[in-house]
Amino acid sequence: MKMTRLTAALAVTMTAAAPAIAESLFFPNMSYRTGPFAAGGIPFADGYADYFTLINERDGGIGGVPIRYSECETAYNTERGVECYQALRGENPLVLQPLSTGITYQIIPRAARDEIPIHSMGYGRTSAVNGEVFNWTFNYPANYWDGASVIINYLLDENEGSLDDKKIVLLYHNSAYGREPIPTLTRLSERLGYELLTIGVDSPGQEQGSQWLQIRRERPDYVIMWGWGVMNSTAVQEAANIRFPMENFIGVWWSGSQQDVLPAGMGADGYKALAMHGTGTDYPVYDDLQEYVYDRGLAAGTGDEVGTVLYSRGMYAAMLAVEAARTAQEIHGVANITPAMMRDGMANLVITEERMAELGLPDFGPPFEVSCQNHGGSGQAMIQQWDASAQEWNLITDWIEPDRELIMEMVMEDSLAFAAENDIEPACLN
Amino acid sequence: MPDTLLFAMEAAANGLTAGVMYALVALGFVLIFKASGIFNFSQGVMALFAALTLVGLQSGQIPFAHLINAIFGTRLHYFGFTLPTLAAIAGTVVVMIVFAWLVERYIFRHLVNQEPIILFMATIGLAYFLEGLGDLMWGAEVKRLDVGIPQGMSLAVDETTFNWFGYGFYMDTLELWAALIAAILVGALVVFSQYTKQGRALRAVADDHQAALSVGISLRFIWVLVWSLAGIVALVAGMMWGAKSGVQFSLSLIALKALPVLILGGFTSIPGAIVGGLIIGVGEKLFDFFMGPLIGGATENWFAYMLALVFLLFRPQGLFGEKIIERV
Repeated sequence: MKMTRLTAALAVTMTAAAPAIAESLFFPNMSYRTGPFAAGGIPFADGYADYFTLINERDGGIGGVPIRYSECETAYNTERGVECYQALRGENPLVLQPLSTGITYQIIPRAARDEIPIHSMGYGRTSAVNGEVFNWTFNYPANYWDGASVIINYLLDENEGSLDDKKIVLLYHNSAYGREPIPTLTRLSERLGYELLTIGVDSPGQEQGSQWLQIRRERPDYVIMWGWGVMNSTAVQEAANIRFPMENFIGVWWSGSQQDVLPAGMGADGYKALAMHGTGTDYPVYDDLQEYVYDRGLAAGTGDEVGTVLYSRGMYAAMLAVEAARTAQEIHGVANITPAMMRDGMANLVITEERMAELGLPDFGPPFEVSCQNHGGSGQAMIQQWDASAQEWNLITDWIEPDRELIMEMVMEDSLAFAAENDIEPACLN
Repeated sequence: MPDTLLFAMEAAANGLTAGVMYALVALGFVLIFKASGIFNFSQGVMALFAALTLVGLQSGQIPFAHLINAIFGTRLHYFGFTLPTLAAIAGTVVVMIVFAWLVERYIFRHLVNQEPIILFMATIGLAYFLEGLGDLMWGAEVKRLDVGIPQGMSLAVDETTFNWFGYGFYMDTLELWAALIAAILVGALVVFSQYTKQGRALRAVADDHQAALSVGISLRFIWVLVWSLAGIVALVAGMMWGAKSGVQFSLSLIALKALPVLILGGFTSIPGAIVGGLIIGVGEKLFDFFMGPLIGGATENWFAYMLALVFLLFRPQGLFGEKIIERV
């Protein structure tokens, strides 16, 4: 009897609680605010959280449904990332932002089984561009192979269309992430005639003496860096130490934040990096963030990271998630969407210049369209250069196109091999 | 002289200075292990905490500002004044001594006579606590550390080697300074332990706890002393590594560089830490120079451990460590 009453009470409680849980859109963040890479994880997480807070405070949520936000700490550790995934999967997360290539690789098959979308923005498995194989993974607006190709196209532009006889070093984080651009740069070297030398740096990358001695001996024309965390700041310092011309040293977008250049002081002046979005607070959206988030004491962080490169990236990721949720609501005609509906929204996302301006982020990111077949966006990026005196990044190019023909060729090779290994029949879900 | 030989000599010279940087971290481990038999897992985090404190004091940062702001809704960050480097270093030394006292008072006083593994576990807990405390006190953002030590290519070495060999060697001025500072530090530690009353007491405790206690040496005082010394060594290591790549939380991982050095040099020998550091530094640089291009590079991390493993097979106590003979 007692048991029956208890069960009945539980059922009543759960029924009463259910609408409260259901009537919110759950956007968790697999963040890292602790550990050796916290300096990069904190501003991203703050930007991601603050944008969702803005949408709740200003608009009352998306389509009238409030956003529920939570963080799961991964410490940029793959095992802990997988634990976070296991903890979150039962809560119907609309989209997961793993913020680590290692974690992304691990959860791609799990998320596909559980039908949870992943957005690995500018990281993760590059061949996830092929939406017919990776139905649940999206990596718009750009991926690593796009980044490598954009750098080479920029260098072509700098060298009057020829990289013949040039020597380029790739200094990479010795991990799945760091090795991602090697196939693209190798293919492009065969096509364009430059000599490619790859030099690995073991994680975390505090000691790079041997690598920079080798670079000094090899006398390359350019050094491209695929680093993260302390590897970046150490490399910038070492480059300054050996007097490598900083304007010939170009990092990927994960090697182009304030944290990477500030420790080297004036030595970092002139260093360049890819930018997949704008930076700084000179966008109208910051007026709203000030009014609805910062002034109300609702900011996720302390405020000193606002407008930095990684804060901007977190905010951009949240903005793209909100736009995909809106698209999903329009497609399905319901406000309270499911992860599967969110996937449809992501697969049909259209970002135009007009929409970016409406959102208070004019020219912040490139216009792009996602489709069922192509989850990769435009692939465009800009080049930014560090001004050490003013302590700011300046954009020095417009959006640069990658060699999309080559990249799609490589994407198809890699994704179809993955499909064959995993018995996946490539097809669209909708 | 063939180019390969010149380049190898340059790599070896850089290995020597890199080895000194590793030895600076290893010294802290040795001091505590020698005096108390504790393998201090938190030595790397102590270097991080000391460096964070130094930058915080230098820049006039308000400790726990984030916490204060979150509780009281204030927007405090800086006091509005900065401290000269020497004053900031002195302040950090005081903080590390207070830290040593707290460690003895609240952790190790309660763990006297416990198994070494219990003491080791306590230092693991201490490492996580200290990392969190550092974050709460000073924030997690990357900080620039400038203590006035010049960085970049040493022109003197470049010119001298160019005149000798027709090829200028690259050596980092910061690492040359680190070598000098390490030499002074080791000299000071030797003088302290040989010629001062406290130093002799420390050696007595290191030799035999029971005998030292029986002649009236306070074990508690010695533990505070040795943790203070390890804190000062951690400050020097944190200063050098922080100046090299910024003060950030990955600084605590420099402890990983010290482990193979300790295995080679022995856990109880100060000269062993230096010699072990030099062997690891030169060994990894030469291995990377000759073998790196053939096997894809990035050999430095694992090579040091492989070398240590080989040493373990033939000389488990390390080059200068005490041979432990247990009779049954």
